[in-house]
Amino acid sequence: MSDPGARLLSLGGLATRGGPQPAIDRPVKVQADALNFSYGTTRALTDISIGIHPNVVTAFIGPSGCGKSTFLRTLNRMNDIIPGTRVEGKILIDGTDIYGPGIDVVALRRRVGMVFQKSNPFPKSIFDNIAYGLRINGMAGSRSELAERVEESLRQAALWDEVKDRLQDSALAMSGGQQQRLCIARALAVRPDILLMDEPASALDPIATQRIEELVYDLKKTYTIVIVTHNMQQAARVSDFTAFFWLGRLVEYGRTDKMFTAPAEKLTEDYVTGRFG
Amino acid sequence: MTNGQLLDGGAQRAINRRRYLDVLFQALALLILCLALGSLAALIADVWSDGFSRLSWAFLSGFPSRRAADAGIWHALSGSMFVILVTGALAVPVGVASAVYLEEYARRSLMARIIEINITNLAAVPSIIYGLLGLGLFVRAMGMGRSVLAGASTLALLVLPVIILSTREALRAVPPSIREGSYALGASKWQTVWYQVLPVALPGILTGMILALSRAIGETAPLISIGALTFVAFAPDGLWSPFTVLPIQIFNWVSRPQVEFQANAAAGILVLLALLLTMNAAAIWLRDHYQKKLT
Repeated sequence: MSDPGARLLSLGGLATRGGPQPAIDRPVKVQADALNFSYGTTRALTDISIGIHPNVVTAFIGPSGCGKSTFLRTLNRMNDIIPGTRVEGKILIDGTDIYGPGIDVVALRRRVGMVFQKSNPFPKSIFDNIAYGLRINGMAGSRSELAERVEESLRQAALWDEVKDRLQDSALAMSGGQQQRLCIARALAVRPDILLMDEPASALDPIATQRIEELVYDLKKTYTIVIVTHNMQQAARVSDFTAFFWLGRLVEYGRTDKMFTAPAEKLTEDYVTGRFG
Repeated sequence: MTNGQLLDGGAQRAINRRRYLDVLFQALALLILCLALGSLAALIADVWSDGFSRLSWAFLSGFPSRRAADAGIWHALSGSMFVILVTGALAVPVGVASAVYLEEYARRSLMARIIEINITNLAAVPSIIYGLLGLGLFVRAMGMGRSVLAGASTLALLVLPVIILSTREALRAVPPSIREGSYALGASKWQTVWYQVLPVALPGILTGMILALSRAIGETAPLISIGALTFVAFAPDGLWSPFTVLPIQIFNWVSRPQVEFQANAAAGILVLLALLLTMNAAAIWLRDHYQKKLT
């Protein structure tokens, strides 16, 4: 029980689903265990068990309404703000059940950052967008420290050179791709160790999408990244592991190359080859 | 197609008929608009011709008098401004806080629904009822007397539902993505509301606030029923001071038998209109100012 890595190995559910076991060289970062989730009386997720590895990119794929975004949002308890939702089962992050008693949601969300489908910069300056998370979490003691952390985050998101001369301009004046990288920088500023991305490039043009993908590739050295995408080429390009969801269930989970070339399930094969969805 | 028509005769006739109706409807709407604006313009022109000659610095800064030509309006103008200021100071914080609670914190329970329905109903209660409540509660039970504070408290009750409703509308118009973005960074509810939601909602809140106060400044009935004086010869000098306001002074002059006082009443109406327009202009300026800051 205490070692989440050992738990993954013994997860019968995953094995019977037939996915090839991902190679495990370090303990899993996030472990979901028989997770059920409903909106009111509508069941959205059924019996999800999955172990997500640190410092890799894990992609969630599946047709619209399959529960991939819902599952992503259970990982930082973003669904809590929707009234009438119910969670059963466990999600362990570094061995701690985030739905357990005494868990501080605010602290959880600082460790598990999130980037949304539609970029949502605050209607403030570029600087203040990044500084907001640092200020509310009391993470910058002085003005110079704040400026340092803002610069560091913008550099991490490969945005610094484009905006360093107009930090006081409104974030809403940036291009769509820049806004999304600003949202990534904003999430990185509070130093999470897991980054959730909910279709971060779905509203962007191919060049902006490519920049986001390159960014994801660089960020996995430091962060554990989970990305929801409805674009299978994107999943194949950026991810190391892929999980295929269908009708609120996890159908198959494994190394991305295996999932796309030799999936164990017929359903996965049909989906990744574009026969449905 | 041969005769230059895209459609056969019947279909073309049907389109012509619809286009005709379109023009007819547009003309009708324009006519009604002209009627409404025209009668308003006629009213203002009438008041203007009656009262303009009385407008002067002496009139604005003067006090009431038995002789119409000597009578001024400063006591009522200052009374109106003072009462509205206190009304705003009482109603705005309470109204905005109530709206924030109802919109951001209250669970969707039966209790919340009952409160909501009651607020909507309160916005439609006749103002004289608020006047009677103010007389019983503020003037008598709380012993405020016929003071500025009692008048402002009564008007604050009157505009509170309007402020709550318009603030809730403004809060509801804030995109959920902004709230989510804030929560995702580890912000608490209070931080999200204070630093993200309220600034975005501010232009809408300000507009609702000014509209509510504009309504209050024209109210006569509730202030008469709490016993605001129709004849005071001084400007209010504190919260406990007796007072009068512009609509009451105008009412007082209109009911005088002497013709000269009618001109005073018309001039008083012009002053009240100017005050209202100034407040509305301030509302528009504030809204634009904050909207510009957001983009």
